[in-house]
Amino acid sequence: MQLQKTSLEHLNTKSKKPKVLWLQAITCNGNTHSFLSANDNRMKLFLNSFDLIYHPSITTHTTIKEILNSKVDIDFLLVEGAITPQKEFFSISGYTPYEIFNKLVKKSKYIIAVGSCASYGGVHAKFEQNNQIKGLSDSLDSQNIYSLAHPVVNLTGCPVHPEWIFQTLFSLKDYGKISLDERGRPKEIYYGLAHHGCTRNEYFEWKIEGHFGKKEGCLFYEQGCRGPMTHSNCNKILWNDVSTKTRAGMPCIGCTEFDFPRDNMLETKKNIGIPAEVPLGISKRAYLSISGVAKTFKIDRLHKKLID
Amino acid sequence: MSAKEEKKNTIIENSLKLFSKNGFYNTTIPDIAKSMKMSVGNMYNYFKSKEELAKYAIKYSTNVLAKELKTINQMDINSKDKVYLFTRKYLESVKKAPEVIEYFLRVYLSNREVFQEGCEGFLCVSEFVTEVMILLDDGASNKEFRQQDFFPAFALIMGALGGFAFLSGEKVLEKDILEYSDAVAENIFRALKYEE
Repeated sequence: MQLQKTSLEHLNTKSKKPKVLWLQAITCNGNTHSFLSANDNRMKLFLNSFDLIYHPSITTHTTIKEILNSKVDIDFLLVEGAITPQKEFFSISGYTPYEIFNKLVKKSKYIIAVGSCASYGGVHAKFEQNNQIKGLSDSLDSQNIYSLAHPVVNLTGCPVHPEWIFQTLFSLKDYGKISLDERGRPKEIYYGLAHHGCTRNEYFEWKIEGHFGKKEGCLFYEQGCRGPMTHSNCNKILWNDVSTKTRAGMPCIGCTEFDFPRDNMLETKKNIGIPAEVPLGISKRAYLSISGVAKTFKIDRLHKKLID
Repeated sequence: MSAKEEKKNTIIENSLKLFSKNGFYNTTIPDIAKSMKMSVGNMYNYFKSKEELAKYAIKYSTNVLAKELKTINQMDINSKDKVYLFTRKYLESVKKAPEVIEYFLRVYLSNREVFQEGCEGFLCVSEFVTEVMILLDDGASNKEFRQQDFFPAFALIMGALGGFAFLSGEKVLEKDILEYSDAVAENIFRALKYEE
């Protein structure tokens, strides 16, 4: 990948391309990995259309401190990882994530939370010794809450699909705003469910259970698959253009949802053999009734291996 | 309900009595027509065959129970009270309309070949099974019932109730069936209840 050389002089000159700064707070680096695995052509288009002025995992000519001390305006502040105001747990160039984030917010037009940790605190918010780990929206300084022209965009996911980042950046660049759902996620990306486009839907319809790593069967009944209750398009915008968790035999673990990560993610919680949660938008009574009927039918084709 | 549907239900109610008394094979369409004071030809305007009537009858009779249980499931009471109330309702219907339960026990369970097509598995009794599922699911999620597989729990409830209906049908009970209601409910509840 060839990044444009950046320097403070370059940053201060008026560029036609919007400036993007990627900040890493408390993170495992997973969203960076995902971002760097983007489709080549899409990455080229991104780099030709935006100035990625800073990313801690990529060599740039500017440090975060220089940016903080400069008068550079940032168009898109992308943050990966959760925020805490406590220095003893985490610091970046001598600042807490809370301080550095809010300093950068003052310079930024748009704030985009990249990943579930940046959106809602994610796995780090479960750290019992520090109860002040939060997502971006909950970490905005009160002065900053009202100064932003656009609400924080939550790109949830563990990790975020690179295409979701590009789609959001290009939409905001071209149209200035995007509609968000009640959790701050772009509706265009998160309106559907991971269930939509799942290649195992026929097994779901006829209530045929599958097993981890196998191509056949639905992973909802035993393996904890959250596809029918998780807002995501990952079975339509495929990973590496070819696959998804469910296609590879891994249950959806609901990583784009507010409550991620849940406990016991690879098992379906049940009461007396009945799933505790049923797919979104259907009453439990109706779901149980239809399941009982579906189980009555035995479709031979669906009980065989797809490839013998 | 349309007039035709009402008529259909009356035919079903009559056939339930005859089927449960005489059995499926010993009851003929002319027998049912006679009890309805209808012509045999007119009977066929409502049901194409005796088998079709039998399938409608099982749906009809279990839906009567499903409605009772649904009302109880929707009450704001604990699961123990639901079990007690449902047991009472069930035994009341055994007393009031024994043919409904008898039909299930003596026709549906004993003549599976009649119900092979169109009433497989839970197809004709799904509304009732669903309500039992809701009862068990609510109880377990509130930690009133212990966790276990569905079928043993389902069979426990239905076995206890069905068995009692059988004893009543055989006229071997010493007291009025309703006097046993709380004892039967207690047995069901104890077998299901959550223990620390």
